[in-house]
Amino acid sequence: MADEQKIESPSYDDIISLIGSKFGDKVKFRQSTKKNVRSINEKRRIFMDADREVILDLAYFLRDKLNFEQASMVTGVDWVDHMQVVYHITNYFNSITVEIVVNIPADDLHVASVAPVWGGANWHERETYELFGIIFDGHPKLERLLTPKSYEFFPFRKSYKLRGSQ
Amino acid sequence: MAQEKMNADKMWLTMGPQHPFSHGLWTLRAQVDGEIVTDAEPEVGYLHRGWEKECEQRDYQKIIPMADRLCYSASMTWSHLFCKVAEEALDIEVPERAQYLRVVADEICRIQSHLMWLAAVGTDAGNLTIFLWALREREFMLDLNVRLCGQRLTTNYPRIGGVRNDMPYYFERDCLRGIERFEKALWDIVNLTDDSSIFVGRVKGIGYISREECANLGITGPAMRGCGVDYDVRRDDPYDAYGDMDFYVPVYKDGDAYARFRVRIEEMFQSCSIIKQAMKKLESIPKTAPYRLKVPKAIPEGTHMARIEDPRGESVMYLISDGTDRPYRLKVRSPVFVNVSASKRMVQGVRLADIPTVMAMIDMCLGETDR
Repeated sequence: MADEQKIESPSYDDIISLIGSKFGDKVKFRQSTKKNVRSINEKRRIFMDADREVILDLAYFLRDKLNFEQASMVTGVDWVDHMQVVYHITNYFNSITVEIVVNIPADDLHVASVAPVWGGANWHERETYELFGIIFDGHPKLERLLTPKSYEFFPFRKSYKLRGSQ
Repeated sequence: MAQEKMNADKMWLTMGPQHPFSHGLWTLRAQVDGEIVTDAEPEVGYLHRGWEKECEQRDYQKIIPMADRLCYSASMTWSHLFCKVAEEALDIEVPERAQYLRVVADEICRIQSHLMWLAAVGTDAGNLTIFLWALREREFMLDLNVRLCGQRLTTNYPRIGGVRNDMPYYFERDCLRGIERFEKALWDIVNLTDDSSIFVGRVKGIGYISREECANLGITGPAMRGCGVDYDVRRDDPYDAYGDMDFYVPVYKDGDAYARFRVRIEEMFQSCSIIKQAMKKLESIPKTAPYRLKVPKAIPEGTHMARIEDPRGESVMYLISDGTDRPYRLKVRSPVFVNVSASKRMVQGVRLADIPTVMAMIDMCLGETDR
């Protein structure tokens, strides 16, 4: 991807058309229905669903071509029948944030790590691993970070009930 | 821990969890070659209390005081952020008066948080006068907090749809007096640090990080703007009334600890200017104007994300609501959590005695790091 020209501050429409032409139906865009949220009205949020296989390619494409320099956040979500990893990636020049949602089947909790692409995702992925049990393939150091190393369960899963909950 | 052969040249030193430099409970394991740090491994998690999971059992209203306790010195921005994400979920815009009140409260919070940091830097660099002077000024800011919200630290002031109460009588007068006084006092503190060759010598030229690396490692806030990234959520992704405010974002390209120091100092002056502007604007909004909307208890189904400029960096909350009065999932992006993960890179190549001053420029807060 090094031969391609990097666009420092791609516009909202450029991002959608470039990703759409490169990844086709592997990436689906969503429209927000919110009317009063300023950042959405001023087109600073892009929402998309991506297939699990393309997430690493998409990450490199976002960083090297569209100049998304920072991974704000990597979140795990437990939907009981499947899990989700949500990425929020920011471009510092136009402050557009893309939200990428990746669905992961419950019987195969693997997804490619984006920590080699953005160093800022490193600890977020470690946290998601220890709290949800999602394994990030290719992560430089996938160890427990916040919880004790002796834990053998994943406390943020919905199957883990807190005391006092029904 | 992996079994390694002992290397006589390189030694691992453990600093923390109880250590004067750490400002909280965390450990920095540093590999040293003589006096130079060659590698480091930060370890956090001593304060992990499952904040995000706890929230899944609470009504939205009950999370606001919990959000205060994410970080004691930035409580206002954290509860503000939670209210923001809930407002985004409800798709409402808060009344104008509340927007400006929030700006005032946020900037008071930013000033007192930066003063807390300045006091910590003073002790780290061995200058106790900075500590005393900064903490004295901070008390005046906390007095403003008491006047506005009734609390010094955990303020519990923002509400979903507005703020808890309007300004009390004479708050405007007190606030402007306090800010004017503070601007003069801050110059005294600046003279104490910037004019002191001992202090400047300790922070200048250490802990260098390039712009690209800083962006890639996800460092945000004043630490990022000291590395040359020109980005501030208040200006570039404005929320509430920040879009109408006229202020500049200090950016330094030096990338060392001194640049991060300068950014925070200048931010305090900018915060003073923002408070004055917001106060002026509040004068023109009638006192009878609403400062809070009535909102339903339950939040409709969906995913929502809000971000805010914390005193320490960019903080983000991601909320998944399922139509009930409790969140399905609430994820918090703490700026310090990411900044401290970059300390591995930040302290490489500095002397062991410089670690406290390099790490002080991150402004550690463990409550939000471990959540």
